Amino acid sequence: MSTKDNFLKVKHLYNRAGFGVSYTDLQKLSKKNLDKVVDNLLKDSQKDDPINLINDFESKRQLLVQAGLYAKKDLTDDEKKMRQQIIREQNEVSRDLNIAFITKMINTDAPLREKMTLFWHGHFACRSNNPFFAQQLNNIQRANALGSFKTLLVEVSKSPAMLQYLNNQQNKKGKPNENFARELMELFTLGRGNYTEQDIKESARSFTGWMYDKDGSFIFRQNLHDTGTKTFFGKIGNFEGENIIDIILEKPETAQFIARKVYQFFVNDNPNETHVKELATHFYNSKYDIAAMMKKMFTSDWFYSPENVGTKIKSPAEFLVGLSREFYVTYNKPQVLIQLQSSLGQYLFNPPNVAGWPGGQSWIDSSSLMLRMRIPSLVLNDGEIDFSGKADPEDEAVIALSRTATTNANANMKPKSYVNANADWPKFLNTLPKGLTPLALTEFLLQPKLNTKITTMVSDNKGLRSTAVEITSMPEYQLC
Amino acid sequence: MFDRRLAKHPGHEPSTKKLYTMNRRNFLRNTGFVAAGSLFVPAFMKPLEAMALDELSLYKNLVVVQLSGGNDGLNTVIPFGNDIYYQKRKSIAIKPEEVIRLNDMQGLNPNMAALQEIYDQGWMTIINDVGYPNPDRSHFRSMDIWQTGSDSNQFLSTGWIGRYLDSNCQTCKFPYTAIEVDDSLSLAMKGQTKKGIALKDPAALFRNTNDPFFKAMLQNDKEHLDEDNLGYLYKTMIETSSSASYIQNTSKVYQSKSTYPTSGFANQLKTVSKFISSGLKTRVYYVSLSGFDTHVNQIGQQGNLLKQYSEGMAAFLKDLKSNNKLEDTLVITFSEFGRRVEQNASNGTDHGTANNMFVFGGKLKKQGIFNAAPNLSDLDTGDLKYQLDFRQVYGTILDKWLDVNNADILNKKFNTLDFI
Repeated sequence: MSTKDNFLKVKHLYNRAGFGVSYTDLQKLSKKNLDKVVDNLLKDSQKDDPINLINDFESKRQLLVQAGLYAKKDLTDDEKKMRQQIIREQNEVSRDLNIAFITKMINTDAPLREKMTLFWHGHFACRSNNPFFAQQLNNIQRANALGSFKTLLVEVSKSPAMLQYLNNQQNKKGKPNENFARELMELFTLGRGNYTEQDIKESARSFTGWMYDKDGSFIFRQNLHDTGTKTFFGKIGNFEGENIIDIILEKPETAQFIARKVYQFFVNDNPNETHVKELATHFYNSKYDIAAMMKKMFTSDWFYSPENVGTKIKSPAEFLVGLSREFYVTYNKPQVLIQLQSSLGQYLFNPPNVAGWPGGQSWIDSSSLMLRMRIPSLVLNDGEIDFSGKADPEDEAVIALSRTATTNANANMKPKSYVNANADWPKFLNTLPKGLTPLALTEFLLQPKLNTKITTMVSDNKGLRSTAVEITSMPEYQLC
Repeated sequence: MFDRRLAKHPGHEPSTKKLYTMNRRNFLRNTGFVAAGSLFVPAFMKPLEAMALDELSLYKNLVVVQLSGGNDGLNTVIPFGNDIYYQKRKSIAIKPEEVIRLNDMQGLNPNMAALQEIYDQGWMTIINDVGYPNPDRSHFRSMDIWQTGSDSNQFLSTGWIGRYLDSNCQTCKFPYTAIEVDDSLSLAMKGQTKKGIALKDPAALFRNTNDPFFKAMLQNDKEHLDEDNLGYLYKTMIETSSSASYIQNTSKVYQSKSTYPTSGFANQLKTVSKFISSGLKTRVYYVSLSGFDTHVNQIGQQGNLLKQYSEGMAAFLKDLKSNNKLEDTLVITFSEFGRRVEQNASNGTDHGTANNMFVFGGKLKKQGIFNAAPNLSDLDTGDLKYQLDFRQVYGTILDKWLDVNNADILNKKFNTLDFI
């Protein structure tokens, strides 16, 4: 295998399995055998480094105060103020958490773990207005990102964020709430068509009593649990929640469902069913070992075949992280990253619904594409932002409160704002070999094959910096 | 009326072909000249493009107005004839003498005075208690349901207007068939293969698409058009560019003679009016006004918003009337949910379920109040029960206004209503 050939393969691997690769690293890695590179990638991602933004104690204290305040009917003015203060703080910390996650992706030296965390973030999609719960779930997804899918599934199912989001707090003996049981099978494991309404009804009973307490920890409330006999997938027994999960994992459809979703995320929007089956079988036989499935995928020839290289539309997170990572961007006002996520249609921690972001071509419409093509010059050249994006529906209460302070006439008019970011150009240029031509830089930065138009456009010797801004503004840069 | 420069760039062919075909068809119809065959418009016909304008007045427009945050319908259209309203809303009820009375039971919030004239003209219909089974009280989820037209336990990744675009009907095949006057595109406007276009300012979009770099990217792009995702990106760019030219060139000469109040919302409507009045072949417009999540001190906040809404809407409708466009325009207003019947302890209201919708237009079949006022004595754990599914309203519009079969868009057939 030629070094050039390996160069392109490693570049593809790092674009899909991570968020890109520097030229220096790429050159070093290209000299190695591809299997070795995959091993390295997995080894680099062994370390689990959780987000510890929110102090456990402080957040629990807030929860307690809040629970007390919500339970009360008539609040004194001071209590009202306190409740509003907590909501304000929670919103602020939620934004900080968002920034912590995206910053982690930008700076991580465990790229595969963070990429997988992003995958599970969309797979186990959840919204929580409690940032401590949201952080907890994110850390569960990170800790188990490359571990056992069973452990991941059980821990997610027991997380307060998910229990709250899918109404399992209301799932009680005699009054079952089926929301969690339904999504567990429809979206988290088996997929539509592989279970019956009866299976949902019965398994919902098994999850009665799965709750979190006022401290925000999982608790199994025996007195609210339905201990009766359940019939699930033809089996009859006194099944607990864990038994239900075991039965679901016994079904190869679960491995197929996850493998197909992984394939669509890492390989191609349109799954090749033969390849998916290969992956699923491997996943199932390895007892749902996620790392084993990933290794199988990254060492398969088809992963590097032309129809799978440079043909996927980057998600907004992949686009923003990749660009920021490539050029060592620091954001002086990191809130702008939230504005960009939201305008591009992927506000992390705020998926559209429990099905997650639909992905693929749905990322692109006229306005999001125009914005994507302008972001490199905004971020890399500190341009002025002339868009404001939409408010998140969950922020409406905050908007409603702030409206009273502003006059109506200028409510929609904002002062000029800038991205206020710095790209470390000297550092970026230093990673490039001496005498690298603009054309070679283009070949490095873009994943799709170059065509004559692009080669002509970049051959007029603009210098590497201008060339880089130009290339990253191209539609081709939207693909990886 | 179309940017003829586009024709010089071979890369624009796919979309310009479409545009010219359309023009030619219009031209042919206007002259009674019948021919079939060539897709290309002969050069000598080009000066006649302007003729097609006459026909544009036949275009029916739909304007969707979204009130985000869950507008409190009971303090918007006040059931002043019902004592329960006053019992449940001790400190935030609108006093009977302040209500703008529409009949013996219901009337408008005093901040909506601007709409009284509109109502009296017969340009407004109020539909009470619109909702859906198993309502969701999360803003996000309920908005999702309203925008996609899904059931409450179903997740759709396309919007109802998006699927209308996908249906590829005679009247909805242009990339500018649906325009949202905003920076980003709502899910409602996204289909599987087609999407609406979001723009706040047509001149800015036109400038951006005429940026030399952007233009250069569009040169010789033919080689991409058959490729899957890259082709899709280029197709989107080409459509954005041709739409931006079309929208800018069609609307730039139009000068509104009406005055609008100064608010962001009124500005959006002014832009829509400009598009409609200049004869844009767009069929659906989408605008929104947010801030309706009034948990605390509702009276002042909601009052301000309703005033903005009503004054903007009244100016818009009168503007359309003076341009003879009101009969071709239908406006609907919705919010993701109404609020609970009983107020909370903070002089506000919490998330509820069914809500009223407004319909405006110059050709309403049933004007005024469409159906019975909310029944405040028959509640579902403190919330209004819905009388009509919101998809019946969508279905009616799809069938009777946009001329498509609502079952094709809504995935099942919904009975239509007779407000249009």
